[in-house]
Amino acid sequence: MTGANGSAPRMRIRTTAEQLEAALAERPREAPRPVVFDARDVSVAYGAKTAIAGVSLRIRRNLATAIIGPSGCGKSTFLRSLNRMNDSVPGFRLGGQLLYHGHDLYGGGVDRVEVRRRIGMVFQKPNPFPKSIYDNVAWAPRNLGMKAGLDERVERALHSAALWDEVKDRLKASALGLSGGQQQRLCIARALAIEPDVLLLDEPASALDPIATAAIEELVHTLKRRYTIVIVTHNMQQAARVADRTAFFSLDERAGERVGTLIEEDATATIFSRPADSRTRDYVSGRFG
Amino acid sequence: MSAAFDPTAPLTASGNLRRRRVVNLLAESIATGAALVAVVVLGVVIVSVAVRGAPALSLDFLTKAPPQFGGPGGGIGPAILGTAVIVLATTLMSVPLGVLLAIYVSELAGPRTVAVVRLALDLLNGLPSIVIGLFAFSLLVVGRHQSGFAGAVALAVIMVPLIARAAQEILLLVPHQLREAADALGVSRWRTIVGVVLPSALGGIVTGTVLAIARAAGETAPLMFTTSIFNNHASFDLFGQALPNIPVMIFILSEQPDPAGYQRAWGAGLVLLVFILVANAVARTLAARSRAKLGAR
Repeated sequence: MTGANGSAPRMRIRTTAEQLEAALAERPREAPRPVVFDARDVSVAYGAKTAIAGVSLRIRRNLATAIIGPSGCGKSTFLRSLNRMNDSVPGFRLGGQLLYHGHDLYGGGVDRVEVRRRIGMVFQKPNPFPKSIYDNVAWAPRNLGMKAGLDERVERALHSAALWDEVKDRLKASALGLSGGQQQRLCIARALAIEPDVLLLDEPASALDPIATAAIEELVHTLKRRYTIVIVTHNMQQAARVADRTAFFSLDERAGERVGTLIEEDATATIFSRPADSRTRDYVSGRFG
Repeated sequence: MSAAFDPTAPLTASGNLRRRRVVNLLAESIATGAALVAVVVLGVVIVSVAVRGAPALSLDFLTKAPPQFGGPGGGIGPAILGTAVIVLATTLMSVPLGVLLAIYVSELAGPRTVAVVRLALDLLNGLPSIVIGLFAFSLLVVGRHQSGFAGAVALAVIMVPLIARAAQEILLLVPHQLREAADALGVSRWRTIVGVVLPSALGGIVTGTVLAIARAAGETAPLMFTTSIFNNHASFDLFGQALPNIPVMIFILSEQPDPAGYQRAWGAGLVLLVFILVANAVARTLAARSRAKLGAR
């Protein structure tokens, strides 16, 4: 696996081990980033129906990874498996292995409440609580016992979500009075307030107008400096704009069943300019899906 | 079918449309008539109770006890107080139980358990109130004595399924996305229920409770068994003695060979009716407000 920003520069001279080490130390940014999620042959079934199968994928820290693909290819299913949001779906089963910082997400003794405390999620439709703006952001920290400096925490989260300036004078007003784009940024602030490690975004801009969408995309750029971001989108331009790496999912025929699977994953530029798989090429050039 | 119709013909009724219009009109008027009957019945009941009960009404009637040995004067003060005490006790028992039940059914239980519990609630809801009265009688009165508490327990058996059902319906209305959002924040299930789901549903739960109170306040049969042999003194003694109450009072007064008693029965009926109508009106207002709150998203 190469570095994040394209291929690693070629070594021009033969080096001894020491020289190599020194050279690597000079370019710490080129070292591969730590793996956050390691999916190993992951499959998901709801009852008798297999939704995705054979997904092997590594997601690295402080990168924005986009998941694209046609409808019904299991993008959201995969994303929601990353913080165990599918657990409440009747008949949900996960095969293969899904590691988070080396720990099996579905292993024994794993508490899904703790999983979600570290892996936040923002949904397709803005879903603020019917509470005030302040309480929306403060609710989770309060319930998780982070009561010290709550006001600062709320302000920080709203700043991070680029919403502070718009709402600072009406923190006590109902969140339901905000516009759709503001509500979605509030949901991001709410997720950031508990300082998660990862932020999962499930088509966060699909219900928003282009201006609000641009604001969310801008936000993803800033947020990836501090968080690891996985974003599902059906909008290829959006993936191209915000993601460092892109995973393309599609439907595959397996034992007479149409099952979603990962076709390929690579640097975003590669996926959009010279993908390895013809199906990816067809999809990104708009020939299907 | 070769319906060679002329699309350029004038747009007036043609073919069997005339007959269809008559059938349509007929069906509509029958349905409208049915709705009218319901309203008229309610109107007649209210008017006749009001007309016959209104003359009995006075401040004395609402506050004083009836004369010890019959005759004019006095009122149903103790019965009003007794009903208030009994219904309050019933509410305190059945609201927590009913709401917890609803939470269990809508938030925690698996689909199979849900079916069983729902069936149980529906059956409980359909139990004849006289059977419930008999049950409370054998449980709390036999071998002891009648008490307001026994009446409250009997009424609670009626009220719990009503509240549980109403709360359940409201909890179902709370958008799934809110639970999902709370889940995704790493907050435990119970905190999610208490912090997000219940507040969103509060208005509806209050509405259901008020309706259930209105229903329970008018139940007579269970009280006949449990708290009907009382002396007409104002009392808060829930456990020690039978408490006077409006429904039983109406029954006793209407059985008296005394025209004044007969009139008082109508008066008491009017008081009960007004209470129930007001409770219903309040409940509707609350319901409208809570729906507006949930619908605002």
